Formats: sequence, C-alpha cells, structure tokens
Amino acid sequence: MRRLPDRGRVDHDQRVAFSWDGRAVEGLRGDTLASALLASGVLVLGSSVLMSRPRGIVGDGVTDPHAFAQVGAGDRTEPLMRMHEVEAHDGLVAESRLHQGILPTGPDPDRFEKRHAHADVVVAGAGPAGLAAALAAAEQGARVILADDHPQLGGSLLGEELLLDDRPAHEWARHVEDALRAHPDVLVLPRTTVVNVGDQGAVALVERVSEHVAPEHRHGRALRRLWQVRTRELVVATGATERSLVFADNDRPGVMLAGGVRGLLHRYGLVPERCVVFTANDSAYRTAIDLVGAGVEVPCVVDVRPDPTGPLAERARALGIAVRAASAVIGTDGDAEGALAGVRVVALDGGAEEVVACDVLAVSGGWDPLMDLHHHVGGRARWDAERLCFVPDGTVPGVHLAGSAAGVFGTEACRRDGHLVGLVAAEATGHGSAADGPDAPAARDAAEAPPADFVVTPGTDPVHAFVDQHRDVTIAGVERALGSGIRHVEHLKRYTLVGTGTEQGRTAKVNAGRMAADRFALPFAEVGVSNARPPAQPVTFGALAGRALGERFDPVRTTSIHPWHVAHGAVFEDVGQWKRPWYFPQAGEDMDAAVLRECRAVREGVGMMDASTLGKIDVKGADAGEFLDRLYTGVMSTLKPGRARYGVMCKADGMVMDDGVVLRLAEDRFLATTTTGGAAGVLDWMEDFLQTEWPDLDVWLTSVTEQWATVAIVGPKAREVMAALAPQLDVRQDAFKFMQLEEAVVAGIEARVARISFSGELAFEISVPMTWGLALWEAVFAAGQPFGITPYGTESMHVLRAEKGYFIVGQETDGTVTPLDLGLDWMVADKEFVGRRSLRRSDMLRDDRKQLVGILPAERLPEGAQLVDDADFEIPVPMIGHVTSSYDSAALGRPFGLALVRRGRDRIGETIYAPLQHGTVAVEIVDPVLFDQEGARRDG
Amino acid sequence: MADRTAPLAAMEDRIAAAAFPGAALAAVPFVAQVGIRLDPAGPAAARVAEALGLPLPEANRVSASGGRRALWLGPDEWLVVAADGEERALVGILEDAIGADGAVVDLSANRTGLELSGPLSRDVLATCCSLDLHPRAFGPGRCAQTLVQKAGVLIEQRDADTFLLLVRPSFAAYVAEWLVDGMAGLAADLAAV
Repeated sequence: MRRLPDRGRVDHDQRVAFSWDGRAVEGLRGDTLASALLASGVLVLGSSVLMSRPRGIVGDGVTDPHAFAQVGAGDRTEPLMRMHEVEAHDGLVAESRLHQGILPTGPDPDRFEKRHAHADVVVAGAGPAGLAAALAAAEQGARVILADDHPQLGGSLLGEELLLDDRPAHEWARHVEDALRAHPDVLVLPRTTVVNVGDQGAVALVERVSEHVAPEHRHGRALRRLWQVRTRELVVATGATERSLVFADNDRPGVMLAGGVRGLLHRYGLVPERCVVFTANDSAYRTAIDLVGAGVEVPCVVDVRPDPTGPLAERARALGIAVRAASAVIGTDGDAEGALAGVRVVALDGGAEEVVACDVLAVSGGWDPLMDLHHHVGGRARWDAERLCFVPDGTVPGVHLAGSAAGVFGTEACRRDGHLVGLVAAEATGHGSAADGPDAPAARDAAEAPPADFVVTPGTDPVHAFVDQHRDVTIAGVERALGSGIRHVEHLKRYTLVGTGTEQGRTAKVNAGRMAADRFALPFAEVGVSNARPPAQPVTFGALAGRALGERFDPVRTTSIHPWHVAHGAVFEDVGQWKRPWYFPQAGEDMDAAVLRECRAVREGVGMMDASTLGKIDVKGADAGEFLDRLYTGVMSTLKPGRARYGVMCKADGMVMDDGVVLRLAEDRFLATTTTGGAAGVLDWMEDFLQTEWPDLDVWLTSVTEQWATVAIVGPKAREVMAALAPQLDVRQDAFKFMQLEEAVVAGIEARVARISFSGELAFEISVPMTWGLALWEAVFAAGQPFGITPYGTESMHVLRAEKGYFIVGQETDGTVTPLDLGLDWMVADKEFVGRRSLRRSDMLRDDRKQLVGILPAERLPEGAQLVDDADFEIPVPMIGHVTSSYDSAALGRPFGLALVRRGRDRIGETIYAPLQHGTVAVEIVDPVLFDQEGARRDG
Repeated sequence: MADRTAPLAAMEDRIAAAAFPGAALAAVPFVAQVGIRLDPAGPAAARVAEALGLPLPEANRVSASGGRRALWLGPDEWLVVAADGEERALVGILEDAIGADGAVVDLSANRTGLELSGPLSRDVLATCCSLDLHPRAFGPGRCAQTLVQKAGVLIEQRDADTFLLLVRPSFAAYVAEWLVDGMAGLAADLAAV
C-alpha cells in the first residue's frame, strides 16, 4: 500500500527503523508493525499453517486472522504477537511467523508486574461509548478506570473520518481524555486490554507498559503489567468487529475488511492503488467514499443487496462511484506472489463473470458486537434478525454493555448510549442519579439501509473459499463436518477448528454458524455461535507470574537464630515454610556422619538445638483447663501451675491431629505448644471450637509462636550448662524436676525455662522473646564450650526421638492413625474430648489395626518400605505394614526404625520382611522404645 | 551480654536504598505491642479505656492517646502499641484493668515494624496488597489485617502518606522484598514519565 504524506495519525517526520525477517525496514512514529510493513510494501506475511497459502494483513485490529509475528530477540522473543498492537519503534525485532511461534528457552529478562486497583466503574474500551461512559461516571463522582488497548484513546473515532458536535471526532476524544485525566479519581490506562471478568467484580487488565520501546530504553520498567481490579460495576464498551464474506480465494493478501481499509487510511495514511468494495451493508460505502476523498480509484462497490438506496450509497453515487447492486464477488485473481490482482464479479441473478482489476478488495459481511466480557460472566446473546448480528440478551448484574458492544450502531448513538450507561453505572455505586444526571448528547447519525443476510457467494468454489482463514477452514471443510452428522456449533468448532484461532475466530464464527443453520434449514437464532471464553486476549505467563519470583515466590520463614546457623554451615530442611537446620556438617562429613556425631554428643555430652519454630498458643481464662481437656485426649485441668504435660489432639474422626507439651503458667493460663507445621491450623481449630461449639467457655487464645525463641540444651551435661547460664536458678533435680517450669534470668535475659525432653535425655528448653533468640543461642553455645556442646538439627532430633519410640505427627501418622494405634492408651483419659466417640467405633476396636512398633532390620530400610509376612512370597502379596521412620543409631550401634504393622504389638519378637529391589530384608519387630527403656536418663 | 537483634538487620541497606521520590521504607525493629482479648460488652472494656486513656476502637480503627494506640484486630481483640520499652508498663496497666475478664499478652517480639511513607506509598502497597487504601476507603486512624502476597500483615495508616506494617518476624524479609521490589518498579515508572 501507499502512504499519503498528509493523512493518518502518524508522525510523518519521525522515522523509526526496525528489523523484519532480518532486514531493515522503516516506519513512522505512530505506526504499528502491521502498518509499517504495509507501507514498506510487505503484503505477504507468510503462509498458512495447513494449506501453505500466502496470507496478508486483513484489517487494522485484533480480529485480524493473520497479523501475528514473532517479536523480540533472544530470551525476549515472544510468539504470536498481535501486529496491530505491536508499535513500530527503533530497535524492534520481528519476524514472520503467522500462526506458530517459537518460545524462548531461557529465563525472561523482562520485568512483569501486577498491580491491584479498586474502582466503582471500570470501562473497557475508549471509543465514543466508552469515553462518554467514563466521563459521565467520573463527573457523577465515581472512581473510574478507563482502559483501551490502543496507545491513543478514541477507538473507532481514530479509524474513521467522523464529526461529533460538528468537529472532528478525534478532537472530541482528546478533549474527553483531558477531562478524565483531570479527575483525581480516574485512572486512564491506554495500551491496556480487559482480558477477563470474574465474580464479584474481579476484572483483569493487561497493560503494555514499555513494549513500545526497545529493551535498552526500558530502564527497569515492566514490559507488561497485570492489573487485578476489584470494581463494583463494569461497562463493556468494546465496540463491534467486522465479519468477512465467503467466496473463492478470499484469503489472498489484499482481500481486507472494509473497516480495516478505512482504519489504515485514517490511522496511518495508507491507501491502495485501486480498491473494489464488496459489501452486504451500508458501512463499507464509507470506505469507498473516504478512499475517493483521498484520491484513490474505486472502480465499483459490489453490493449484494438488490437496491442499495441509503444515504451512504447515494453519496457514493454522487461521487461517481459505480454501485453494482445485486452482485457479488465470486473469486479473485492473484499476481505472481499470490497477492490480489483482480476480483471476479457476478450478478446474483446470473450472467457472466467480470474481472475488475484492483490491489485491495474491501469486504464487509456485517458487524458483530464484541461481547466477550459479557459472556465471561454468563451473559447471553440473541440473534437480531434486523441488525443481523448477535446482541446482548439481558445483562448480568454489575456488567453493562454500551455502544456497539450493545448492538447500538452509529457514532453519536454510541456516545449517547455510553453517557446513559455511565450514569446508570455511577448510580449503582451510589454516585448521582441517572434520572437527574446531565443530559445525554443528541444522536443524529444518518440512517443506514438494512443489511442483507448474505454469507457465501452462490456458485463459488467451495474448496478455496475460506470461512476461517486462521485455521484454514473452507466451505468444503464445514460441509464435510456437517455432512458427517455434526449438528451443534460447538462440535463444528472442535471438528473443523473454526473459531479456535489465536484471534478467536472473530471474523469467522458467525458465518460458520449461519452456514450450519442454512444447511439444516434451522433458524439461526437456534443454532447460535460457539462460546467466547476467557481470556479475551492471550496473556503471557510472565504477566500471570508477575514478580512472584525468587525470594518473592514464597515466604522463607526463619528464626532470629538463623544467621548463626548459616554462618556455621548448617544444611537446612524445609518444614512448611520454615527453614530449619537439618544438620551441621563439619569438614569432610556427610549427612550420616554428621547425624551420628550429633546424636552421640547428645547421648554422651550435651547438644543444643533451635526449637523456636514450634507453634505456641497462649490459652487464658477461667475455663482454660476445661477447654484443653475437651481438645486433648489427656487431662490438662489437673496440671499444677508451673508444671507441664504432653498432650495429643484428635480430629473428630479420632485420628491424631497434632501433639505438643502444654505448660500451665498460672491458675488461669496455659501455653500450648504445637508442631511446627500445625501451628496455624491448631489455633484455627481451637478458635473454631471456642466460637462455634463452646462460646460459653471463658477462654481467650493468642498466638505467641513468634513471640518466643526457644533453645533446647539436651544431654547428660545439660544441667552444668544450664547452671552456668543461670546462676540464680536452682537446677538441682530436687528443685527443678522433669516437666517443671521456672521463670529465670538466663545469660542476663529474662526467660522461661522448662524441663521438657524429646530425646529421653536431661533437657532444658529456654524461651526468650524472639528478638533475644540469637543472643541466648550464642550465650548457650559459649557456656557449653567447656562441655563440648554440639549444635544439632532436625535429623538428629528425629533419630533421638525415634530411639525413644516417640512418634512425629505426619511421619508416623497420616490421618488414619489413632492414639490407640500409637500405643498411647495411657494418654487417652476417660472423659469427653474431640474424637473420643470415634475411637469407640467398631473399626477402631478391630484387633488387626496397624500399630506402632519398633523395628530392627538387618540393614537400614528406606522410609515407606512395605512389610510382608513371608520371605518367600508370590506376587500379589498382602502388605502388613510399612516403615515410617528409619535411621542408623549411634546409641544402638545399628540401623533401626519405627513401623506401623498389623497387630504389631502382639507380634513383638517376630521377624517380618521388607521386600526391596535388591533383595528381601529380615526385620525384627521390637518394642518402640529401643533406648533407655527405664527412662532413667531424663533426669541426668 | 549480647543485645537483641533487629529482625530485618540483614536487609537494612537494601531497605534504605529503595527510597525514591515517591516513597521511602524504614524498618521499625522494636515496637511495644500488647495483645488484649476481652468482651467489648463486658466490664473490662471500660476499665481498659480508662486505664489507657483511650477508647477501644471499632472495627478496623485505631484510637490513640499519649503515644499509645489501640488497633482493632477483631470483635474481641485489640493490639495496644507504644514505643519500644513500654511493654512492661503496658502489660501491668492492662492486667490490672482486665484481671480475670480477658487476656493480656506481651507480643512485642511477635511482630516487627516496617514504615512506608511518601506520596506513592499507596501505589507501592498496590503492587503486593489487594486492600483498597484509597482515601475514600481507608485513611489515617484506620487499620486492617490483610495479606502482602502470601504473608499476613497488620497495616495501620499513620498519616496521609505513611503506613506502618506490623509483620511476624519470620515473614518480615519476604514482605520487605515485595515492598522494595514494588518501589523499584514505581521508581522506574516515575523516571520514565
């Protein structure tokens, strides 16, 4: 196409240079990739996927079935970029890849952001209706967000030569934009597409923030930004899209949509040499009239209607444009490249074909309101037999349609409709009254003659007449599908792929549905079109991920002691979101060696560990003891202040939920500890029961998990270390007994000290405010030096507790294990507690349930290994249990483990087997307590 | 004797460096915070109000007097906030006032502070927090428990352009990372305009 020096909204003095398929191309500032290529004589973009036919640009908007390109170099490359959205700029790198792009392999170097926003009214689309709606709502005082996918607001006003209030329409658009930007509570978002509407006014918008500048000029700005907006009302003013007509070789580069040809003229000053117009309605006459006004030869308008007499047809005739009524284009001729050279025109009542030479054919099959966002929230549409398009059939609460999207055609009518809808939307949010609002502007659009119901030129070659150009679906393809018995448009879509293209088949879907209706002689209203599904435009994964990358992907929770662990070479284990030291390897040690050393130190000398991540809940009130009695299997109300007791909690189904030590701080105050992973869930569980089941109890809960850092000093020499740290504290056994609690100054810090042991060894757990945790840890480490104190991690903790037969929630339990299965009969008191009734179910009382036992295997088993009765078995073999924990023990000098085994407690002393890949291992069932069965060590 | 440690000590430089003409971020490592739970219709509410010299505020409000503030956390839960070091006195006053009619818990180490200030502070929060902080919906003297991405935070608006975020120390670095990153994005936008 040719560029007129004085037309279009491009800057004719600002040239931009970019790369297309590796060669240098120039455009003007304001060009899109598509318009710059057309101006540079690139008419053929590439070939179609299935049939390898040459294809070119069809329109000037996002409905274009072919205008897709690969954009960006290296890891910035992106497939299927919409060429009418990609702004031509210096340094742009683009290449021809119509329908199948390539993905980058490396991490995306660009920044993608998300932003939250809130509005009373979001307006999608800034054409005449959207601008008027946004302004009306804003002036009523509503918080408004106006989004439009173009860099400039105006929508169709920029692609047409129209007057509004007797001045050029784009000037009105600029005036409204200025007024909107002056409102403090209006956010104007150009280059932004509303891609999705969800429930409760959740609207997603994608803003192309810095896509229009070369990477080196982005300077840290986001490439794109996903706006997550919560709005009370949404105005869909997305306009209408033009559909094509179906005739042989209608896919030739040069066959365009009539509105697109007008848009290329008015937006970019691009014109053909000689243009034929083929239409079933009045709107395409504007193309003929505007082109003639721009000095372009228009040999004829081919109109399928028998008697085109509307004002536009009359104006065309007055300009000397030949109108060939009751005629149609039946085929096209191409040049050597396959681009359009001429069209073959026939009279619909018969007669010979006549060839008319042209380089562009401007086609209009009619206009379809773009209602995707309405459909996203379940909005319906009905076929309007007069306007020959689907129009909204009612609206969904909170989602309004305005202008052409609502089936209102005519620029002034759209503006008027937008104004009225804007007032209604504002009123719905409590801003102003639509009835008493400012007067709506008048709508004096010239009347248009009725469109014709026409899709396919009769007698055209069905094999080369395309219904959906993106998917290479021809009349023959649709016929084949319908002939095979397909009746429903959704089946037609899936069989032929019509309407499934990247552009969602907007130029094709209605035509396909109408062909199906014709074929089965059904009213089109019954056949309908296939659904529009979100997103309205493709969204890159980068925009969905936003900045949730790296350290922002998920919280990494650490205690205040963590820096010490890092500095001392700890290897960390993920426990929920927490990073806990797993083990502290010394030079040359692997994990097994480090864990054996750490365990030995605890059993023979003294170790220390960071126990700060355990959940802690402050339980206060006159009924605190009663409340805990109802939740734990054991009795807590009889605990004396200053004493602690271990407790297990069940879910209502009787299965073990969590466990921990409960300390009674005062007559009316307890501190309940939970597992690290269970902290939040247990608090919610407690609060739930308190609020919904037992609101009469005088109990108050407060999470204090992160108020306290806890350091455990564990081992036969723990008392010496404790004494050194807290000289005023009487640590002698008689004064400070197991499960006793003392307030003390430890290393100069006010602390709470408890004799709690998860290893069977003498142990002191010291708790100080979290901010003092590191100071306490360092003091303990220093005070422990004379005794060779050894920091240990979660792995050693697990080994030490397993040697004592202590289970871990989530390791020995999996939601199917009761306290009785774990051998905790002694902890299940004869009183009401949550889960108790379930424990009396017959299934719970079966004697062949899996029970916790210790195991002594001939070699260390993998955790999860299945256990069977016989060494010589044939598959299938009944499984009688599985290994829940498995370690090497320094204290036992051998591998051991814990397992859940059917009737396990009755089978102690028996040998069972673990079939592994390399052979079957004999496993002796033993008592779960393998070390210090008398419990003599806990007092040192 | 060693000192206590600030939860965000390791990020201090990055937090300071994030400042741009639109906003600045500062760690407020130590804040005296005492949690109270009581029945607002019961006898303790008035005693607490009198003892503190400020009323216990309604939903999502803050009441302030003489350097102490009470932040609403729930229908029967508030957080009393004051300058670092006042926690012991506060606990004493509140325990005397509440007695057996509720709970008083020192939570001064349970959360740490991040103060975000500047004309674009709301926009910074909009990069990672879905709460509507527009002056029509929020404002000085308001507070809310919400999320910064996946982390729970207690947000208090201190004045027209200043927000105090109280965050559990284990989530503080994560929250600070989001704020610092949001500031970087907005600074780049500001520079481009």
